[in-house]
Amino acid sequence: MSKVTYIQYDGVERVVDVPNGVSVMRGAVDNGVSGIDGDCGGECACATCHVYVDDAWLAKTGARTEMEQSMLEFADATKENSRLGCQIKMTEDLSGLVVRLPAGQH
Amino acid sequence: MNIHIDAAELNAAREQANSMPLDKIDVSDPSLYANDTLWPYFERLRREDPVHFAENERFGKFWSVTKFRDIMSVDTNHQVFSSEAGGISIAERPAEFTLPMFIAMDPPKHTPQRLTASPIVAPANLARLEGLIRTRVAEIFDKLPVGETFNWVDRVSIELTTQMLATLFDFPFEERRKLTYWSDIATTFPEPGAMVETFEDKKAILLDCLQNFTKLWNERVNAPPAPDLISMLAHSPATRNMPPFEYLGNLMLLIVGGNDTTRNSLSGGVLFMNQNRGEWQKLRDNPALTPSAVSEIIRYQTPLAHMRRTALADATVDGKQIKKGDKVVMWYISGNRDDEEIERPNEFIVDRKNPRHHIAFGFGIHRCVGNRLAELQLKIVWEEILKRRMDIEVVGKVERVLSNFVHGYTSLPVRVTPNAY
Repeated sequence: MSKVTYIQYDGVERVVDVPNGVSVMRGAVDNGVSGIDGDCGGECACATCHVYVDDAWLAKTGARTEMEQSMLEFADATKENSRLGCQIKMTEDLSGLVVRLPAGQH
Repeated sequence: MNIHIDAAELNAAREQANSMPLDKIDVSDPSLYANDTLWPYFERLRREDPVHFAENERFGKFWSVTKFRDIMSVDTNHQVFSSEAGGISIAERPAEFTLPMFIAMDPPKHTPQRLTASPIVAPANLARLEGLIRTRVAEIFDKLPVGETFNWVDRVSIELTTQMLATLFDFPFEERRKLTYWSDIATTFPEPGAMVETFEDKKAILLDCLQNFTKLWNERVNAPPAPDLISMLAHSPATRNMPPFEYLGNLMLLIVGGNDTTRNSLSGGVLFMNQNRGEWQKLRDNPALTPSAVSEIIRYQTPLAHMRRTALADATVDGKQIKKGDKVVMWYISGNRDDEEIERPNEFIVDRKNPRHHIAFGFGIHRCVGNRLAELQLKIVWEEILKRRMDIEVVGKVERVLSNFVHGYTSLPVRVTPNAY
């Protein structure tokens, strides 16, 4: 288990234990964190699990894949630290990860 | 409840679907959609031949991809499965009059054009539109004739989606039914008896549409940028130099995309609540289920039955060899009834566990750009129905569109009773 802090758009923080190997998207959906939909189920195909990775964690969460890049291009309010939650799988190293959620998901 | 469901017709179709030689099954036949007998044919394909080859005079040779996961794999592989090479519909585009539009483009051209249109349906703009949509829904509902039979399709579904489009384009409001007309023309395959009978007639009508919109473009391009779609297209570096036919193509895309789709989910929801009174009761008892019910309505309706791709290279889909140049049709309407992905898929369940996991909006880079606007409109309509305690009873024969692309209704005779519960 690793801890993830989701900061919702309204500022509410949710700290959730996510099993290692499980994605940041799944961790949110399974724990009712509002603001992440995950419509496609984790296939990097809908961009409804858009998150902003806290700067301190950016290096550890790795780079966007090519498909992720394509999907993020069409998400609303994409920034440098934008990722798709389904493409970040939790590991021991990521315990304590902080992500912020956008105003809405497309 | 008094709905006409032709059980005998569906049973006959099931018998035929299960007894005919597999290679003769052709799910492109528009009559299957008009008489609502498509289901057993897709059931058999998903079971016995999920990636199915067929050929006919009208649409030529094509592959039908019928299972959710297979559709997802085609939809997300835009490098191999092109939207540009042959367009996005099973019907071939007429060589002499093909309109470029971003849904039928591949990267890199697709990207900036889509990005020009997407801010209109971004969260900030939807928040701005919500109050307006609610006011218009209320006005439409307040004028419904109580105790009389009327066509829900025309009076509510078309009226509301057309008003929305006129707003998004900042199109002259009193002329808004022109948008409905052009949308219908754009999706009509010209043939005797259809709304337009020849490609020449269709072209003439769409050129008239272009003329109307060119006038608006010229007004907007010389004015400061405004938050309507025409102004956005006229001022964006990605689209401001579009040739006229590309402007027309993108307009038709946005008109059809915002019109034929939500319109039919608005009608479908009313029908499904009539066919499933227990689910309607559940929603009445717990209006917090509305967002979930909206997703379920969209899945159950699947207002666009398919999208088409063209293979740019040899590929394998679920064991079948697709050759370069082949036409590949993704039947969203079938993927949404795939029991390997969706539990009890043939049942309409307003409190389904994972209602957003459906394929009606497609997946990948061409996923519906207006999906949140569609959901918002549907949500407001059902909230306003519940607020008025309105019962909507389907009281006559349901008539459906003769099309394997637009999956919807031409007639849904209803009678409404406010304060019914």
